[in-house]
Amino acid sequence: MSSGRLGRWAHRHARWLFPAPAVLLVAVIIVYPIAYTVWMSLQEWFASSLTAPHFIGLANYRKIALADARFQEAVGRTVYFTIVAVGAETVLGLAMALLFNRQFWGRGLLRTLAILPMVATPTAIGLVFVMMYHPSLGVANYLLSVVGLSPWRWTYSSQTALYALAMVDVWQWTPLIMLIALAGLASLPREPYEAAHLDGASTLRAFWHITLPLLRPALVVAVLFRAIDALKTFDIIFVMTQGGPANASETINILLFNQAFSYFNMGYASSMAVALFAVVMGASLILIKVRRTTTW
Amino acid sequence: MVRGGAGRRRLSTAAFYALAGLFMLPTVFVFYWMITLSLKPQVEATAYPPSFVRFSVTAAGYREVFTKYPFFLYTWNSLVVAAGCTALGLAVGLPAAYSIARWRQQRLAVVILVARIIPGIAYLIPWYIFFRRLRMVDTYGALILTHLIVSLPIIIWVMISFFEDVPAELEDAALIDGCSYLGVFWRIALPLVKPGVVATAILSFVFSWNNFLFSVILAGRSTRTLPIAVYTMISYEEINWGTLAAAATLITLPVLVVALLAQRHIVSGLTFGAVKQ
Repeated sequence: MSSGRLGRWAHRHARWLFPAPAVLLVAVIIVYPIAYTVWMSLQEWFASSLTAPHFIGLANYRKIALADARFQEAVGRTVYFTIVAVGAETVLGLAMALLFNRQFWGRGLLRTLAILPMVATPTAIGLVFVMMYHPSLGVANYLLSVVGLSPWRWTYSSQTALYALAMVDVWQWTPLIMLIALAGLASLPREPYEAAHLDGASTLRAFWHITLPLLRPALVVAVLFRAIDALKTFDIIFVMTQGGPANASETINILLFNQAFSYFNMGYASSMAVALFAVVMGASLILIKVRRTTTW
Repeated sequence: MVRGGAGRRRLSTAAFYALAGLFMLPTVFVFYWMITLSLKPQVEATAYPPSFVRFSVTAAGYREVFTKYPFFLYTWNSLVVAAGCTALGLAVGLPAAYSIARWRQQRLAVVILVARIIPGIAYLIPWYIFFRRLRMVDTYGALILTHLIVSLPIIIWVMISFFEDVPAELEDAALIDGCSYLGVFWRIALPLVKPGVVATAILSFVFSWNNFLFSVILAGRSTRTLPIAVYTMISYEEINWGTLAAAATLITLPVLVVALLAQRHIVSGLTFGAVKQ
């Protein structure tokens, strides 16, 4: 390396120079747009019209908090979707981790299979599920009929659409919880189990009083990451139902996307974006608190 | 291992594999169904009851994807954007991750973590407004910059944990020998974390390749990427299931293959380094 004056100067200031390009980029592509969104949420502006944005203070927020029933339903739906999807993923993922926590032939294959759904393109997967869910021609209803159940209307009925979408999320992301739980199980100490065994504790009691508390930090991290992403789910809903039928799967993300890019109601959509961020941030803080208060 | 110590009654091997198969069946089945559907002629693709094993094989779906749609252009667009975003992300993210790990710049790390939590759509509204004003909608530049919002935080966070594992003594020795920080970073730290760089590059590539939200608004006729192409196929024209499945297969297969190369690090990437495997 050159050790001229410039080189020495760069060496002395390395701790600022190394991250400088990233800081600059983050400021430009992340911080500034977010500030702009917050500012825009205080304006009334249609991007399709020629009139300039005009400042209306907190009116947009007042509207989404008090007047806009459709938005409030979307909030409830978003939270419900997240609880259903992440709840199912946690139970299933934990069960699978407990099953697979042993030496067996095909461990490598298991991990390979677990990774595939997580990296598969959501749009393409959504498309495949659309075909599988087709009420009269889809393989899903055929499989139900084979085991003697009556057919569902999946994403084609407003009663089941949200669950059918949650199932896609469960299909994609259960492996993440399983892999995290497996890593957690592998690092558990043996001693508590030996003590429990001597005390004659049952398997179930050992699981409830030893495994689960010890696993909780790892599980909370898994649930945290899943919840953050499930609240923001967009691709599969947009591709498979566009929020329908009859708004039955319209989450905050879908509603606000349409406000912004179908009606070009930028100010109003921005206030929803800030609200969505608040929901995601709130959920994250609750989960982080759960993790902190864990005794382990 | 908790085995035995957990006091758990052992499943018999047969029961274990039966359960394992049951749990993994849905994963395998969806991919199996996608691929077989893509090979079926239209009549059999929509036949009811569907055929699982015995069906005639045709390449008609794939042929149609390439003849009816500019699929080569879409693939090229996806490649350019994903490669551009990954290259730029690494160039900027690697020194930053090194610096955060070496000088414990926690505050910067937290800012980047928050960027991961913020919903993508909150960036999209301003970006759409700016790019429209700058007449940059439908350019590679717009797509690469916005995809960086997703991949830069992943690159930085995963690489922090890799750089933290580089022994400090090694770097200190080089510094005493008169090596500059740039030299230490380039000649000592970077070669040691090469496996991590490969893994994060793959992750970044996959996330950009899969991105739908930013591209659906900011890509236009000439820069449309593969996920957007599929979306347009379902929403308007295509009713041929074989063609749709062929498109889905063509989009997914490259990321699956690439991701398998980095499978050891995928989980750490998806959890932002919270879990190392």
